[in-house]
Amino acid sequence: MLQPEDRIFSNLYGFEDTSLAGARARGDFDQVSDFIKKGSDWIINEVKSSGLRGRGGAGFPTGLKWSFMPKQSDGRPHYLVVNADESEPGTCKDREIMRNEPFKLIEGCLLASFSMAAHACYIYIRGEYIAERHALQRAIDQAYDAGLLGPNAAGSGWDFDLYLHHGAGAYICGEETALLESLEGKKGMPRLKPPFPANAGLYGCPTTVNNVESIAVVGTILRRGGAWFAGLGRENNTGTKVFSISGHVNNPCNVEEEMGITLRELIEKHAGGVRGGWDNLLAVIPGGSSVPCLPAHLCDDLSMDFDSLRSVQSGLGTAAVIVMDKSTDIIAAISRLSHFYKHESCGQCTPCREGTGWMYRMMERLRMGRADISDIDMIEQVTRQVEGHTICALGDAAAWPIQGLIRHFRPELEARIKSQAAHSVAAE
Amino acid sequence: MRKVIIDSKEIEVDAGLALIQACEVAGAEIPRFCYHDRLSVAGNCRMCLVEVVGAPKPMASCAVTVGDLRGGRDGEPPEIRTNSDLVHKARHGVMEFLLINHPLDCPICDQGGECDLQDQAMAFGGDRSRYALNKRAVEDKEMGPLIKTTMTRCIHCTRCVRFATEVAGVPEIGAIGRGEDMEITTYLEQAVTSELSGNVIDLCPVGALTSKPYAFKSRPWELKKTQSIDVMDALGSHIRVDSRGRDVLRILPRANDWVNEEWLSDKGRFVWDALARQRIDVPYIRRGEHLTPTNWPDALESLSQEIKKRRVYVLAGELASMDTLFAAREFCKSLPKSAVEIRLNGEVFDSQDPSSFTFGAGIAGIDEADGIIMVGSNPRLQAPVLNARIRQRWLESDIPIGLLGEHCDLTYPTLHLGKTAADLDSLVSDIPEEFSRCEKLLVIVSPDALSGANGAMVLQRCKRLAARCGSDDWNGFAVLQNQASMVGGLLCGFTNNELQQKIHDKAFEPDDLVILIGVDHLDRDHFGQAGIVYMGTHGELGAGMADMVLPVAAWTEEDALFANTEGRVQRARKAVDAPGDAREGWKVFRALSQILGHETSYDDHEGLVREMAQEGLLKNSHEYGPIRTALKSDDAWDAMADPDVTLGLKNQNYFMTNTIARASETLMTCARERSGSHGSNHQEQK
Repeated sequence: MLQPEDRIFSNLYGFEDTSLAGARARGDFDQVSDFIKKGSDWIINEVKSSGLRGRGGAGFPTGLKWSFMPKQSDGRPHYLVVNADESEPGTCKDREIMRNEPFKLIEGCLLASFSMAAHACYIYIRGEYIAERHALQRAIDQAYDAGLLGPNAAGSGWDFDLYLHHGAGAYICGEETALLESLEGKKGMPRLKPPFPANAGLYGCPTTVNNVESIAVVGTILRRGGAWFAGLGRENNTGTKVFSISGHVNNPCNVEEEMGITLRELIEKHAGGVRGGWDNLLAVIPGGSSVPCLPAHLCDDLSMDFDSLRSVQSGLGTAAVIVMDKSTDIIAAISRLSHFYKHESCGQCTPCREGTGWMYRMMERLRMGRADISDIDMIEQVTRQVEGHTICALGDAAAWPIQGLIRHFRPELEARIKSQAAHSVAAE
Repeated sequence: MRKVIIDSKEIEVDAGLALIQACEVAGAEIPRFCYHDRLSVAGNCRMCLVEVVGAPKPMASCAVTVGDLRGGRDGEPPEIRTNSDLVHKARHGVMEFLLINHPLDCPICDQGGECDLQDQAMAFGGDRSRYALNKRAVEDKEMGPLIKTTMTRCIHCTRCVRFATEVAGVPEIGAIGRGEDMEITTYLEQAVTSELSGNVIDLCPVGALTSKPYAFKSRPWELKKTQSIDVMDALGSHIRVDSRGRDVLRILPRANDWVNEEWLSDKGRFVWDALARQRIDVPYIRRGEHLTPTNWPDALESLSQEIKKRRVYVLAGELASMDTLFAAREFCKSLPKSAVEIRLNGEVFDSQDPSSFTFGAGIAGIDEADGIIMVGSNPRLQAPVLNARIRQRWLESDIPIGLLGEHCDLTYPTLHLGKTAADLDSLVSDIPEEFSRCEKLLVIVSPDALSGANGAMVLQRCKRLAARCGSDDWNGFAVLQNQASMVGGLLCGFTNNELQQKIHDKAFEPDDLVILIGVDHLDRDHFGQAGIVYMGTHGELGAGMADMVLPVAAWTEEDALFANTEGRVQRARKAVDAPGDAREGWKVFRALSQILGHETSYDDHEGLVREMAQEGLLKNSHEYGPIRTALKSDDAWDAMADPDVTLGLKNQNYFMTNTIARASETLMTCARERSGSHGSNHQEQK
């Protein structure tokens, strides 16, 4: 349970002043120039010692990622790109940060860019986030006016420019290399890796792509020390995290909590509990639409962090908890997700282009029960044929929800098929 | 160099090699669709997945280089498996995905029998379909008169997109839509404005893009394949002529890194339909107003009577082989009054000095050039494949390319250096900085610029320009010939300055007898009252005005030698029999000699080639190398005869440059399409 004084996003709900003056009153931009004067190694080491793992879904250690950037420029500029293309169904944490805590993000951009010797940073914001785009742009303008951005940003001696770029509403542009392509003005299609962005990213220059939340917590980590952040949560899953709780709960919300909080506590304390009580819980998708769902019996004392969720064959992802009570047609729910992935596949590589359509159509058949029992195994195999064979992770993301469904709800699938067969009349 | 273990076999390869190439070195064949070694890497078909020991997922072997792999902890080389269970499963899975939406129309698909998807499905596919849902259907796209589309068959490998963008330099093919709705199309569904568009047919691994003129003509296993040489431009691209019975049914490129890499121009690829149209298949003799059919004995008999009485002049056209020209020259030597000429447009080439008419640095020399200036040349129209090579060079190293002549789009940026002969003067006397610092400057000149009143002066200037920015081992003076016959004819000494002047002055007399070997661009007016004998393949201007017409074989119907623009002598091989009574050109001269009672030093084709070899024609320029010449440039600086004349190509119509091309229905349609009268020809085709 997170103590109020350990909360990073103290204005997550926008109850207080969101302007620069309000943000500064809450401590944003405090000591920023001092941190920069301590040098980039100090910043990277603090972030490393905090144990911060990327908040965009994959959970890669942020400090380590930063240290992959070349220490000396070979003549090419370095870039920081902030991934604000938050499109994962169920996820809306970055939205709140950009609306109500934009200066935390801006401050983080400056600190992170400095530590990677980048003079320019791009924030790629999701096309549908219009209010957020305005809020963030307003904040950037205020920061420029106050000298916190631009030449000698915040009196640190570091020249720094921050640009906000709007996407056009494609889920795939949240994939880091597709995002870079889109930012360059090309079609949003993921690149082959290697080369990784740290070697050749935006315009072929060394680039780091980070999630909004990963960047927005940096200022506070430096102010309170990596050790403070590392002291929260549990080993290897440290710090605080903004959870987005949606679905069949009494009070859907975003809430910042300590990593490793149990799912039950998270839902009951912050979201008003499952609709109809904990026993009415059917399943939970714990980390945004692309991770496998978990049935109620696994949720009782589930702790919400990267490693615990991996041990039950799911994932923390973006920490977007989608709660489904017993009124849910879980097959229809997963089928809808399959439709989403079919719609958002970029079409570049074969398994995803062809597989997402096949999986969606088979899911629709399973939803209606117009299938054979053996089709369940077949679609499971199809998901295995997609998983791990694609250029980017969208193929995996499309496969996992179906794998989770089959793993935990096979009896429901079979029952649906049998009841459909019983009701159908053979044609004469 | 780096060690890798591939299927438990240790090999050492260049660290820059892609895994797919390394596997090939190790003898492991990797299936692929999107990968092509002359295009950029897309890595999207996922067919070439291999297992890298220690990696969590299989890797696309086309997209990873050997240098990208990390070795084992104790320094052991990285290990790749191409035959493991994981790999088999991955390939099987990808193949299944490719096939679920691919139509089962192989029996009516032109790609059948030479389809990568068929072949690889045999090797890596399953034996039954698990996909019981509806297949995707895609509307066909209009891609002009050459490319037939059946887009339902497309597997989205994007080879065509990459070819158009990278090699052809016309970014007009692309993909629209996302996911399974992605479709390949051209810009606004028009023909691609490239002279290399036919190559996407070869590149397409399935039957999505096929040849429109070849549609439903034949199956690949029914065709006889003959290795030959293209004569539609002076590049001498290596081709394969596919024929069935007496018909040539298609022409495909062969790979040759020194000449055409593996591309072929549209003219060379689609000209074949002309070989069965408007052919001259029996000798004709003029009786009064009309040409009446006759037979060879009568025709040769009456011709030999004329030859005895008159002065004989032999003029050679665009497509004459070296064999025919050599035989004609030998024949004329035996006559008291005769002359031969191939430079019919007043070109100033000196047959004694190959450096004045060949592509000095060689075609492969383009890859080394550090600057290029074109003088009155448009390689895109003269030799599109060569133009692609220049573009490749520009892409690689961004060399400065200057253009002196009519402004045109060459698919790469050019500095326009003016267009008249006077502009050439000022260019040479004051070379711009970006070119003057070049050490391997290539000066590409068209024969059109080297002809006429200014010809000799343009030659002087260009040689001087090339010498300024060249060295002893770099002859940058490069003539890009228009005709396949020109270099061969010049090597054979098929020149006579007096005759050239006579043609220019239209000074033929009634006593003269002119033998035209496929000359169709000089009208009757040029020859006055002289007798005309036309030896050729197609009935056109030349045959129409002749007093006698003799049918001869086209280049697919004889074994013949052609020297390309760099002086590389290459052999075209006989693919089919010539139609009717048509004979090889050299045989006609051999027969005339016999009738006239003159000795010939050869009796058959072998003997003829032996004679040519003895003369040294094949000495330095065998099938395997261009002529290497040193550049001779002196300080002579004669004033331009006509400084205001624009240097440029006379014939700007790419598809209609020679007799055979003009007889091709396909190329006529292309020419019409290019000139904009689009709608009408569609109706005609239907």
